[in-house]
Amino acid sequence: MAGYMVFIWDDEAAWENAGPSTVAANQAEHEDFIARNAASLRGGNRLHPSGTATSIRRTADGGVAVSDGAFAETKEVIGGYYLIDAADLDEAMRIAVQVPAPFGGVEVRPIWTTS
Amino acid sequence: MDSAAAAAVAEAHRRDWGFVLAATARITGDLDAAEDCVQDAYAQALTAWPANGVPANPAAWLTVVARRRAINLIRRNDTLSRKLPLLVLDDTLPGPGDGTDTAVTPIPDDRLRLIFTCCHPALAAEARVALTLRLLCGLTTGEVASAFLVSETTMAARITRAKKKIAAARIPYQVPPASELPDRLAAVLDVVHLVFTTGHTAPGGQALQRRDLAERALDLARMLRQLLPDDPAVAGLLALILLTDARRHTRTATDGRLLLLAEQDRTHWDRAEINEGLDLIRAALERRPPTRYALMAAIAAVHAAAPRWEATDWQQISDLYDTLIQVWPSPVVALNRAIAIGEARGPQAGLAALDELATEPQLASYHYLPAARAEFLRRLDRTDEARLAYHEARLLADNPVEREFLARRLSELDA
Repeated sequence: MAGYMVFIWDDEAAWENAGPSTVAANQAEHEDFIARNAASLRGGNRLHPSGTATSIRRTADGGVAVSDGAFAETKEVIGGYYLIDAADLDEAMRIAVQVPAPFGGVEVRPIWTTS
Repeated sequence: MDSAAAAAVAEAHRRDWGFVLAATARITGDLDAAEDCVQDAYAQALTAWPANGVPANPAAWLTVVARRRAINLIRRNDTLSRKLPLLVLDDTLPGPGDGTDTAVTPIPDDRLRLIFTCCHPALAAEARVALTLRLLCGLTTGEVASAFLVSETTMAARITRAKKKIAAARIPYQVPPASELPDRLAAVLDVVHLVFTTGHTAPGGQALQRRDLAERALDLARMLRQLLPDDPAVAGLLALILLTDARRHTRTATDGRLLLLAEQDRTHWDRAEINEGLDLIRAALERRPPTRYALMAAIAAVHAAAPRWEATDWQQISDLYDTLIQVWPSPVVALNRAIAIGEARGPQAGLAALDELATEPQLASYHYLPAARAEFLRRLDRTDEARLAYHEARLLADNPVEREFLARRLSELDA
């Protein structure tokens, strides 16, 4: 048995223009998928849009370069993940900057909560 | 309307907007809602102050009114679900909806929290400037858009997106801890410096300067100095702005044409701003190595100290650039260093230093490089080469006043 992380790649612009019925139908399909695959699922979440992402890279001089937005270069793909709890973005970044990513960097995305 | 009261509202808008907004955001926990409440408080002032007189402490009056409205809104909306999470506030101070009686408790000055939130490194650089001008300085979206030559729709989208990120990614409403302060403060100072340079030499429009922006930058730098009085980096930026801004009345002639530092009437430099800037230099140079802005301020101070262009201590300026390029190795600094070398050791040395930068890609479209070459070539009587360089500079310059200056230099060359 192996673990898999399934990232949902989707067209954000299409979702911004989608009406409430499309959103509701998608929600129902997810619930259906979850019910059918409950035995295989460890967890999953919706993320806020990529506009809320923060990318962090180590620079050549040993510093840290922080930028607004998701990684855009296609040579970088998601190679792993850590799910972390943090009080705010500053604390999340303090943890994220320690994640080893020698050939790329990390992208911090807030998880959508419904509370 | 009572014109004295109207002027007082306008003055309070400029001086106190950031203070009132920062204090109100703590109650609403939401920047948009805080902006609405503050806008409403200023609207109320427009009717209340002419009728009842201008309050002794306008900022406190406006804050009390804005926070009262915020508390009422929260009570009314309590049961409504929110589209976005609230600002991240710490627990040690009154938080959203606690109904603190602002009339009796002193209002905390939250402007530092606000500016650190607006200038957070996780926000895009252009969004940091836009948020700072809007939330700290009270500029409208249209005013911010015109400063950076984008449409109001584009600027509105940029500001909305940044506010959404602050809420969703939980960028905290906090002054960073001491260990992170220098880096985070550097980001804040860069924003204030960018506002100043955009006002000092406007990228578009007909005039050389946008005084409104330059004055906002000066206000922001003074605010930071007041709130972080022991910080050498802050002292450096304020000194730089003061010493540069002191020349504002002499940078163009009465007919609007550009005057070089060499041509400016130094008796019309603002002595009060120069003295204030000089007083700050010592504090600014305390940190080792000195910050970029402190060194730039020290260079401006050497110019300010020279009664005439011919009396400028170029060797000292050249030495300061040698240090600056260690602290801040940028092509633009290298260019200014080359010019200082030329003034200190002659046009041939200056030209040699400039030619080292000829292949620097970041300077490829920067009109000050061919303009500086042209000047040294002219002094060496290499007229044909100087003419070519002036042509190149004029093609690259954006500001019409600067373009006109270069055209004038060209015609003088042919005369």
